[in-house]
Amino acid sequence: MSEKMRWLFFITRRIAKGLLVVLIATVANFALIHLAPGDPAMVLAGEAGASDPQFIEQLHREFGLDRPFAQQLLIYVEQVASGNLGYSYRQQTGVAELILDRLPATLALTASGYLLALILGLSFGYVAATTRLRPVGEAITVIATLLYATPIFLTGLAGVLVFSVWLGWLPAFGSTSVGADLGGVEYAADYARHLLLPTLTLGLFYVAVYARLTRAGMLIVKDADFIKTARCKGLSPRRIHVAHMLRNALLPIITLAGIQAGQIVGGAVLVETIFAWPGIGRLAFDALLQRDYNVLLGVFLVSSIVVVIFNIVTDIAYTLIDPRIELLA
Amino acid sequence: MRRRELFFAGMAAAAAGLWPRSEAKAQPQKGGRLHAIVQPEPSLLVLGLNLQSATQMVAGKIYQGLLTYDARLRPQPALATAWTISEDGLTYTFLLNRNVRWHDGQPFTADDVVFATTKFLPSTHPVARNNFSRVTTVEAPDPHVVVFRLAEPFSPFIMAFATGSAPMLPKHIYDGTDYRTNAANATPIGTGPFKFKQWKKGQYIQLTRNEDYWKPRQPYLDDIFFHVIPDASSRALALEDKTIDLASFSDIEPADVPRLRKRPYLEVTSRGYEYFSPLSWIEINHRVAPLGDKRFRQALMLALDRQFIADRIFFGQAKPAVGPISSTMRFFDARLPAYPYDPTRAETLLDSMGLTRDAAGRRATIKLLALPYGETWTRVAEYIRQALQKVGISIVLETVDAGAWAQRVANWEFELTLDFTYQLGDPAIGVSRTYISSNIRKGVLFSNTMGYRNSKIDELFAQAAIVSADHERAALYSQIQNILVDEVPVAWLVELQFPTIFNIHVHDLIVSSTGVNDSFDEAYRDAI
Repeated sequence: MSEKMRWLFFITRRIAKGLLVVLIATVANFALIHLAPGDPAMVLAGEAGASDPQFIEQLHREFGLDRPFAQQLLIYVEQVASGNLGYSYRQQTGVAELILDRLPATLALTASGYLLALILGLSFGYVAATTRLRPVGEAITVIATLLYATPIFLTGLAGVLVFSVWLGWLPAFGSTSVGADLGGVEYAADYARHLLLPTLTLGLFYVAVYARLTRAGMLIVKDADFIKTARCKGLSPRRIHVAHMLRNALLPIITLAGIQAGQIVGGAVLVETIFAWPGIGRLAFDALLQRDYNVLLGVFLVSSIVVVIFNIVTDIAYTLIDPRIELLA
Repeated sequence: MRRRELFFAGMAAAAAGLWPRSEAKAQPQKGGRLHAIVQPEPSLLVLGLNLQSATQMVAGKIYQGLLTYDARLRPQPALATAWTISEDGLTYTFLLNRNVRWHDGQPFTADDVVFATTKFLPSTHPVARNNFSRVTTVEAPDPHVVVFRLAEPFSPFIMAFATGSAPMLPKHIYDGTDYRTNAANATPIGTGPFKFKQWKKGQYIQLTRNEDYWKPRQPYLDDIFFHVIPDASSRALALEDKTIDLASFSDIEPADVPRLRKRPYLEVTSRGYEYFSPLSWIEINHRVAPLGDKRFRQALMLALDRQFIADRIFFGQAKPAVGPISSTMRFFDARLPAYPYDPTRAETLLDSMGLTRDAAGRRATIKLLALPYGETWTRVAEYIRQALQKVGISIVLETVDAGAWAQRVANWEFELTLDFTYQLGDPAIGVSRTYISSNIRKGVLFSNTMGYRNSKIDELFAQAAIVSADHERAALYSQIQNILVDEVPVAWLVELQFPTIFNIHVHDLIVSSTGVNDSFDEAYRDAI
């Protein structure tokens, strides 16, 4: 089989498998959600502080909950297969529209947090593994552990308290200055200012994981034979660190990064909640509490697709980093 | 002649906006924005289709009712400038303001009132459906006169016209359509001082000044922004950060209130909730032994230190409750005997029931379904567990989310749970629903979910709704309160005093008994 054919074969097989996974996930999600006690009409009644049988019945009919479970499932799967994510009766909007509306904010937050964690984590891990100054290495380890051990809501609120309430440098919540009517560059700058605290809160949490993985991965091969060989060849320490040690440490990092990237659409519910960031994580969380089934299923569906895609990408990345790994569908 | 003259005539309306307010220290300024918190994010802004508390706050600026109610729950003119109630209590005549236009420019007339109260609201709104079910005919003899005829007298009928319980809706937009799916629901059209501008889902809702508002020179504010901030701690910080001017209801956890109270630029008030008068209690399922025994329920009352709950859990944002009617409501009987905190007497009662302590010191084990409405309620549940343990009642806490809570309570699948409800201006509207046996309806929240039955109580409530003289009603409600306090159908805990916290630069936010849910047409802020 030619190299090209192998790739094609690999990708097709994986996509087919992925579709199956998405279908199974959809059915499982649907069943799980409908198994949870409580229904959307009752939640609305609870929030209204008033209710009567007619009110509940009306909503049930509107939400399609008066039909048998199997029929509801069938209708949903058919709908999704034809590319329609359904309608949120609670919000009186199409689910696809709701998700697309929230997607940019979530991607901006998770992607920048993710990049921050990767870059800082790799750098810290690298420095900690290669520095000759023991205190520096230890300081990095301690700080990283501390960041990882601190609950995310604490870091976030402390950030708001210091930078928004005391210093007044950064906005405390939201994604834009409301009612400022900014355009172009000013708008981007305003958005970035709002993005800074949430990104730091989210990113710093994961820095520790990457830093420790990198450091451990590099140290484990420090005395390996191929490193000694490289030294004997007269390579510069920097080249040994980067090309031989760091590259070796990358595999577990890719594994973790792949898993994390799959969660990029799921968003970061906690961070989005603390900073009132208008992302998908919050949309899903609210939908869960409100039993807004279609929205929740829609978010699950989109994130399961993203997970499948990133799994394929991760597998490809393995083969690029480590030629010993082969593509097997 | 016993005729309740309630004519305010055109005078009051003409003077609208110039009413002297004791708190108004300066001449209102035009301009400026108000940044408020809305929590949770409403699902829809059309009042009448959605009754969520959050919807009422935002949409209360867009829509209006015929009347508003002052802090002592007396009706005041709004879209109706004057009204009369016939001597037999069967005919209510409203005179409408002539200068009112919908936000799309169409005139507001008696046809809209007839449409809202006979068609729209009865098909969508549980509270209005109940109130207007007593009406036989609604007629518009003139474009600005509406006459309601009742089948039998219903004294609190005059309390049924608040924005939240009977919002006026535009006939020209909704008549003959499916109300819930009408495309116009995305851009609500009302008569209020503020118009819908935009809604960034998950972020904020913007309302803007209605230049064509029927009160001259009002409103004062240019825009109102309702921000969605899902985290309670972040909401408190946003007030301290001064990016938010106003928080209300349960936006702020009581534990944070003392801290905010100390900020010189913030003011805290508990006024503006008289219409709601939220009362909390332990809901008791009488079908489960030994909860059906009156002595057990009295023991619950005696075993709990309500002052402690008010002071230590609600940080003073609550007041011990005595009985079924809040002390802020009309017809509250101030001479009611209050249950003291007396664990010893509670134990004596439990002993008299034959519920003696076993080897582990337990008399009974009961499940308590916690109320999933924030940390404070979790603490209340934990306190109850502690307090009841002292008298030998072992409590198993069950925690669920709001959806599951609502379903379990409505379907009677609980032993004890916590709950609070609004009293809606009159005991006949907001109180009787909890205790009368005709309201034992499975699957319906805020009904008589305890399964409490007392034909004397049914009869007294029915009578109190019909007689029209206040002193006669007071006497009947006094009897009701005495019986209920003795029988303890639910164990009342505290009257909630929601804190409204606002920046000192905004004024006249709270001018009625519906407080922040009112129109804000008098609110203004200092020039910056």
